[in-house]
Amino acid sequence: MRFGDWPHGVTRFVMVFWAAIALALVPQAVSAQDAAEAPAAEAAPAEGAAAAGDAAPVAGGYEPLGPEWIKGQPTAGGWDVQDQFSPIGETASGLHFGLMWVMGIICIFVLGLLLWVVVRYRRGANPTPSKTTHNTFIEVVWTLVPVLILVGIAVPSISLLSDQYESPPKDAVTIKVTGYQWYWGYGYPDNGGFEVISNMLPEDEAKAKGLPALLAVDNRLVVPVDTPLRIQTTAADVIHSFAVPSLWFKIDAVPGRLNERLLTIEEPGIYYGQCSELCGARHGYMPIAVEALPRDQWEAWVRSQPGGTVGDEAEAAPAAPAADASAAEGEEAAAENAGGAETAAATN
Amino acid sequence: MATTAEGFQAHTEDEHHDADHKPGFFARWFMSTNHKDIGTLYLIFAIFAGIIGGAISGVMRAELAEPGIQILTQAWPLGAGEAGFDAALHHWNVLITAHGLIMVFFMVMPAMIGGFGNWFVPLMIGAPDMAFPRMNNISFWLTAVGFVSLMISTIMPGAAAGAGAGTGWTVYAPLATYGHDGPAVDFAIFSLHLAGAGSILGATNFITTIFNMRAPGMTLHKMPLFVWSVLITAFLLLLALPVLAAAITMLLTDRNFGTTFFDPAGGGDPVLYQHLFWFFGHPEVYIMILPGFGMISQIVATFSRKPVFGYLGMAYAMVAIGVVGFVVWAHHMYTVGLDVNTKMYFTAATMVIAVPTGVKIFSWIATMWGGSLEFKSPMVWALGFIFLFTVGGVTGVYLANGGVDDVVHDTYFVVAHFHYVLSMGAVFSLFAGFYYWFPKMSGRMHSELLAHIHFWGFFIGVNVIFFPQHFLGWQGMPRRYPDYTAGYAYWNEISSIGYAIMAVSMLVFFANLAYAFIAGKRAAPNYWGEGATTLEWTLSSPPPYHQFETLPVIEESQGYHDHRPVAATPATS
Repeated sequence: MRFGDWPHGVTRFVMVFWAAIALALVPQAVSAQDAAEAPAAEAAPAEGAAAAGDAAPVAGGYEPLGPEWIKGQPTAGGWDVQDQFSPIGETASGLHFGLMWVMGIICIFVLGLLLWVVVRYRRGANPTPSKTTHNTFIEVVWTLVPVLILVGIAVPSISLLSDQYESPPKDAVTIKVTGYQWYWGYGYPDNGGFEVISNMLPEDEAKAKGLPALLAVDNRLVVPVDTPLRIQTTAADVIHSFAVPSLWFKIDAVPGRLNERLLTIEEPGIYYGQCSELCGARHGYMPIAVEALPRDQWEAWVRSQPGGTVGDEAEAAPAAPAADASAAEGEEAAAENAGGAETAAATN
Repeated sequence: MATTAEGFQAHTEDEHHDADHKPGFFARWFMSTNHKDIGTLYLIFAIFAGIIGGAISGVMRAELAEPGIQILTQAWPLGAGEAGFDAALHHWNVLITAHGLIMVFFMVMPAMIGGFGNWFVPLMIGAPDMAFPRMNNISFWLTAVGFVSLMISTIMPGAAAGAGAGTGWTVYAPLATYGHDGPAVDFAIFSLHLAGAGSILGATNFITTIFNMRAPGMTLHKMPLFVWSVLITAFLLLLALPVLAAAITMLLTDRNFGTTFFDPAGGGDPVLYQHLFWFFGHPEVYIMILPGFGMISQIVATFSRKPVFGYLGMAYAMVAIGVVGFVVWAHHMYTVGLDVNTKMYFTAATMVIAVPTGVKIFSWIATMWGGSLEFKSPMVWALGFIFLFTVGGVTGVYLANGGVDDVVHDTYFVVAHFHYVLSMGAVFSLFAGFYYWFPKMSGRMHSELLAHIHFWGFFIGVNVIFFPQHFLGWQGMPRRYPDYTAGYAYWNEISSIGYAIMAVSMLVFFANLAYAFIAGKRAAPNYWGEGATTLEWTLSSPPPYHQFETLPVIEESQGYHDHRPVAATPATS
């Protein structure tokens, strides 16, 4: 019984450890505050780079953006959400920061209460326990205060939801994202109905191009910047999920369903994401790369695609403006008819 | 049945028919109808399953320690051996599936409800045994056979890429139908059916026992909170598990008999499966934590030498959590394409759960407030539980916001959240309960020193594992990935180091078990002293094979807290 009989030292032993934890947490809390300010400081050079870079992509023909245009990707040791490049992302990350403060304060409050109780009411300090078992006032307080905090969270949260479900305007560019095992197909039903097939680049190829391994793809989802995008998702086999963290965008691609969400990207650049619903063996190897280009360059890219047409050509044709859905379906059918040839062309 | 059982008894000396008369080994452990023996079987089973589930997570953390695939190309069971790259990746999916199913259905649930529930519900309410002792036996063996079925599924042909069910513990269609043509998924479904049936039988047993077999004078409002928690858990099991059984049966017929419940080609809908699964799945997470709440209440009151604060609030907070837990399921499906009103409703409803949970946290602290705290091993685990469950709780409120969830849905943030409430919440309460009651169950004292070393190692280890995973999730790293881009390497490496710390602390736990059985001091009936006031402390350690042949009586003057016989209790000062 050498180990078992050890009751009296325990109190002090535990106290020292709780104190150590408290000490360890204080500098962390302070550094967390420092770090919370850091992204704001980093944002300035990023914007500067974007401004300088706006002129950089060559006018006329299409050139894929180089690695210097990568804006949405994880950073080593990063501890917060990625910088946001969509209006909804900016709104949502505001709520995210608020929630981080609420979470931190509640945790530190509860930890403080625990430490206080451990120090003040340890047996050595308080040998005779009280017999208090009820206090209606305090029970009402700790029921109502959380309710008020939650109402405070719910109001901006519900308003964020209604923003996210804003319908895309009529002139939005429609992109139909189809999940396959294990690659993505990006259809452009408003622009001739071609479909781009996007596969992950092998690691050595990605590195040779200076792109991040497991995120880089052969053909990106090329979209116009500052333009409302009508992103529609579906899947051909099992459920996938189209997710881009730096755009605060994630919507499942479910077979037999067509999900639709509005997305606007504010800056030209490359934004990486990954499939976010378990879809089989290569689930981790079907990344998403969104390339946002100024409108004229995007149009040049569209024209470079087989069968790609831009707004003016489409308007010249007899339009069916009322029945968006049926028009989209017709174009999907066209895309399917031509799918084989375009797939071959797109994966060159 | 009875005659068969007697046939296996080594010596039937009927003249010594005292309370401690035990059947022979085979009849006692394989045909057991004694709630304490079945509880012991459940605990041994849960520890065994926990070792396997924990070892699987060790393989996972080793693979994730650095970018690239290193472990999954090793020999089975670490990897898929020479079978190729896709087989290695499929093996990863088999590992995550097995880890989830084992920890949920074969570790936490058997330990909480089957183990501690079986052992202490009858003792705490002053009953001689469970209401249906033979059904209790079949509950256990259904669970054990379910585990065997799950193990078999890992070597059966699964998807095109390799053996085993790589569907995730959620078994979503159509990955579990179209995506897995081999029988592995059928075995996994069968495993869930067996474990689910065992749990439903167990739940009816607990409800009947608690409603009908309480000692004279023990009204519902005088029951220990652990009994309350098991009662509520049993109702959740009874209402939730049949829905799971229906969902996986539909999955089974989709796979084998040509139905199309979840196949859009035949008019079905994959999202229907998710609704059915999570209608079960969300109450399931409360099934895993509510008995832990009950244990923490007992332990905090014992080591504060103070009755639990706000008893009725504590009991009805658990009732509220159970009820509201049934109407929040779609927060697991925020990105599936719900309409805006649905998402708003589930956001608001989910946040409501924080209120009764907060009541519980604050009531535990209020129980300690003014108490005389003694930091024995169960108490330090309980204190760790309260803090870590708070951390997991606030990230739950964060995730409840449907709009915010879009960026972290199906990322490591979710992994961190549910491990804070389960791997730290449920498991900390399991260890707290284990150290609290182990001497009562075994008759041997464990080492307090080793138990404290175990606590600190485990506490530091799991925090190093899971806290950085919040950052990975915010950075966008998806769940269920065997490989990742360089940007995620930093926190993943730290997380894997945390696993090593946790694993070493578990060696201390097993050393402590060995110590207790080899050299542990004999335990007194009430080894925790005057703070321990429920009925199990009136019995010897271990309790006699059949207890309470004369029922204890709870006097009118006794409250919910102190159930010791009035004559034996000195007048309160």
